[in-house]
Amino acid sequence: MEINKPAKAGTMESNDIYVMILPNPKGGIEINLQSIVMKQFGQEIEKVIIETLVELGVKDIIVNAQDKGALNYTIKARIETATKRAE
Amino acid sequence: MKRLRRTMLFMPGNNPGMLQNAGILGADSIILDLEDAVSLTEKDSARILVREAIKTVDYSNVELVVRVNPITSEFALKDIDVIARVKPDALMIPKATEEELKTIDEMLINIEREEGFDVGSIKLIPIVETAYGLQNVYNIIKSCHRIVAILLGGEDLTSDLGIKRTKEGEEIFYARNQVSIACRAMKVDSIDTPFTDTSDFEGLAKDTMKAKSLGFTGKAAISPKHIDTIHSVYAPTVVEIKHAKRVLAAMEEAESEGKGVFSLDGKMVDAPVINRAKNTVELAKLLGLI
Repeated sequence: MEINKPAKAGTMESNDIYVMILPNPKGGIEINLQSIVMKQFGQEIEKVIIETLVELGVKDIIVNAQDKGALNYTIKARIETATKRAE
Repeated sequence: MKRLRRTMLFMPGNNPGMLQNAGILGADSIILDLEDAVSLTEKDSARILVREAIKTVDYSNVELVVRVNPITSEFALKDIDVIARVKPDALMIPKATEEELKTIDEMLINIEREEGFDVGSIKLIPIVETAYGLQNVYNIIKSCHRIVAILLGGEDLTSDLGIKRTKEGEEIFYARNQVSIACRAMKVDSIDTPFTDTSDFEGLAKDTMKAKSLGFTGKAAISPKHIDTIHSVYAPTVVEIKHAKRVLAAMEEAESEGKGVFSLDGKMVDAPVINRAKNTVELAKLLGLI
């Protein structure tokens, strides 16, 4: 899946994650994550984002995400929505 | 065992916090809503979020229903195709007509075959909320075998009729009768329209009692705060349970004496009274009251 344009998904409400994605001209996956639970779950959130992108076949992307305590299913859903909106 | 549908609680489909907590709020059924609770620009987002929630969240024994968008909208077919593949218990269909339900049934047969589900396992709950739907409610229920209940949508119905919706609900008296009788005739559940004032519990109890007295088997809710009140209206009282048990005991005694009809407290007891007593005891057992 190609990221052709900027797109966003999610909200800044609690239990959600606000995701903004952009094409990555340098190539590869770049993740800039802010989270209210960064210390405890930062690595896990990044892992879910990467796994979702791999499942969707996205190779080149910049992901800016602000997490408000989202569970994995929400992270996955918001990443999928944003990438589909960026096609 | 028969599934209870005393309460069907609406939950907005694009709210992760509400989706993950929906199963523990005490409702018999939850309706994850892709229609009115989701803005036009977020339909894609809600559809994916609800799909992931169904795949991940443990809703335990709560009936899981997803309200899709009306079949006449650009979203409905995608909603059905995406959501049916994660096998909710039922899909709720707004402004449903007989013809549309037949189309949805065929779509679901194909999806169930592709996914290896039992054909017919995904149930349908049409919403009767137009004058056309109300006049055709009997045919709507007959349109396919998946239909397990009808929800009466009072707000949209009164809007379609061009009349004012009131708290007292006299304007939907005919509609309530029409829906509840058709549902009884076809042996499916009838779910009353939600009470929209989230803080008037006295009004809610009255409204629920009114619907129950007309034969409705349950009520939709738009707030978790409404669940206890609705359940208390639908629970048999101690006096009702005691009377029902006495009727059944008297029936057994009469049967052992070879009597067809008998009396209790000076009143004749016949088949309808016995059936009502059996239903009361069965419901009390289901609710763990006896």
